[in-house]
Amino acid sequence: MAKIEIQSEMTGSVWKLLVENGQEVSEGDTLIIIEAMKMEIPVIATDTGRVSEILVKEGDMVADGDIVLRLEA
Amino acid sequence: MRKLLIANRGEIACRIARSARTLGISTVAIYSDADRNALHVRECDEAHCVGEAPAAKSYLAVDNILAACRKSRADAIHPGYGFLSEHAGFAEAVSDAGLIWVGPRPQTIRTMGDKQAAREMAIRAGVPVVKGSRRFSQGDLDELEKEAAAVGFPLVIKSVGGGGGIGMQLVDTPDKITAIAASVQERSARTFANGDIYLERFLPKARHVEVQVFGFGDGRAIHLHERDCSLQRRFQKVVEEAPAPGLPDALRRQMFEAALALCRETEYVGAGTVEFIVDATTLEFFFLEMNTRIQVEHPVTEMITGADLVGMQLRMAAAPETFDAETPAMSGASIECRLYSEDPKKKFFPSSGTLTVFETPVDMPNIRVESGYRQGDTITPYYDPMIAKIVAWGEERSAAVETAISALDQTRVEGIKTNRDFLIACLRHESFARGDIHTGFIERHHADLV
Repeated sequence: MAKIEIQSEMTGSVWKLLVENGQEVSEGDTLIIIEAMKMEIPVIATDTGRVSEILVKEGDMVADGDIVLRLEA
Repeated sequence: MRKLLIANRGEIACRIARSARTLGISTVAIYSDADRNALHVRECDEAHCVGEAPAAKSYLAVDNILAACRKSRADAIHPGYGFLSEHAGFAEAVSDAGLIWVGPRPQTIRTMGDKQAAREMAIRAGVPVVKGSRRFSQGDLDELEKEAAAVGFPLVIKSVGGGGGIGMQLVDTPDKITAIAASVQERSARTFANGDIYLERFLPKARHVEVQVFGFGDGRAIHLHERDCSLQRRFQKVVEEAPAPGLPDALRRQMFEAALALCRETEYVGAGTVEFIVDATTLEFFFLEMNTRIQVEHPVTEMITGADLVGMQLRMAAAPETFDAETPAMSGASIECRLYSEDPKKKFFPSSGTLTVFETPVDMPNIRVESGYRQGDTITPYYDPMIAKIVAWGEERSAAVETAISALDQTRVEGIKTNRDFLIACLRHESFARGDIHTGFIERHHADLV
């Protein structure tokens, strides 16, 4: 089983977690929405798999490149 | 008016302070924890902290701002643009506290802030509007698909309480429209505390032309010519200019008359902008919305008229009974480029970081630079990504464009990504040079520009 790390592409705050631990997701699904400078940027699943770890909570600040979630593919 | 509190940040706070100083009015800045060392704090005579970095806890915190006003004994508030500028409740609270509100009456802000009420107002004033649907309150999406079909595709789902391009979603086809509408409702509820939406027909090849107006509160008003703001991405303006290139004079006059009719109907007070879309093919025009504040792009109007719009706002607010003005003559052409901290190569995502290098032209003829940042400052993710406005003037449009390009060439930013090269590519594009501009320009020429 491959561990996939999902990163935020932008510095901002976590507006919304759209998935839960253990949830099955498909490649292309929106997992988290990050908000910065009046914009909402989705964090997208790069693979199909199961959410094994969520490293942020709503309201947290994240930086560009931070790992926000792990998937088991 | 002795002392003005500027309830804003960045370039517009600096800009307002400048006009206030010219009129001999002392200035009070407000700032969040993230802006303690910001330029606007230095540009004002005194400054008060109004809360934490997120805008909701500082620049949108009405009670904190009113407290800063009492503490500083300011007798007037200028809201700038964005933040609380179109918040009728804030305008009311300011007036109730016995302070001078530099802006239109709260009731006008309320009517124009509700896009559907504004449409109805426009219809009453005899101003043409785009085909639209009924209002869908949050949770109500009854017969949305039927209404959508009647409006026709493509259409835009608009938040009734939206503004500044936020809370809008373009929809090309009927499938998924209900789900998309539900998400716009949810986002609108969160952003504008109003989850109501409506549908409006979208014109694919349209120009965005707006009329600057100034009302005297008794139905009399003047226009200060028009601006073309067609170059947009995600409904955010990127390049604006005055006058609108290639617009027939008869059409221009009709738009001025429509804008002034709306001012008469609302007995408008102070500076405002009536936005229209113009079908680039048929040259029909339709009312879009009225912005009851000073706008980001107001400098292009000032460049072609010599007017000081902020100064006019302050003088009108200080002496509404006696203030008067006439439509100024215009000369030449002006272009404004919005320098954003964003990465055009990465879907225009905003970019935060420290401005390790930030140089803009100094004392360059026919160039005006408005910015709230200096070298060494940090661009945080909390606020708008605009870091500067580069405004150029020329005898002819082509001269203004050349001057803007050379000013952008001389602008150096390091430490964050910006759209500087993208702006230059827009200005150099042959369609832009021809004046063949419309709201789909950036998308259509994307490959040439990025």
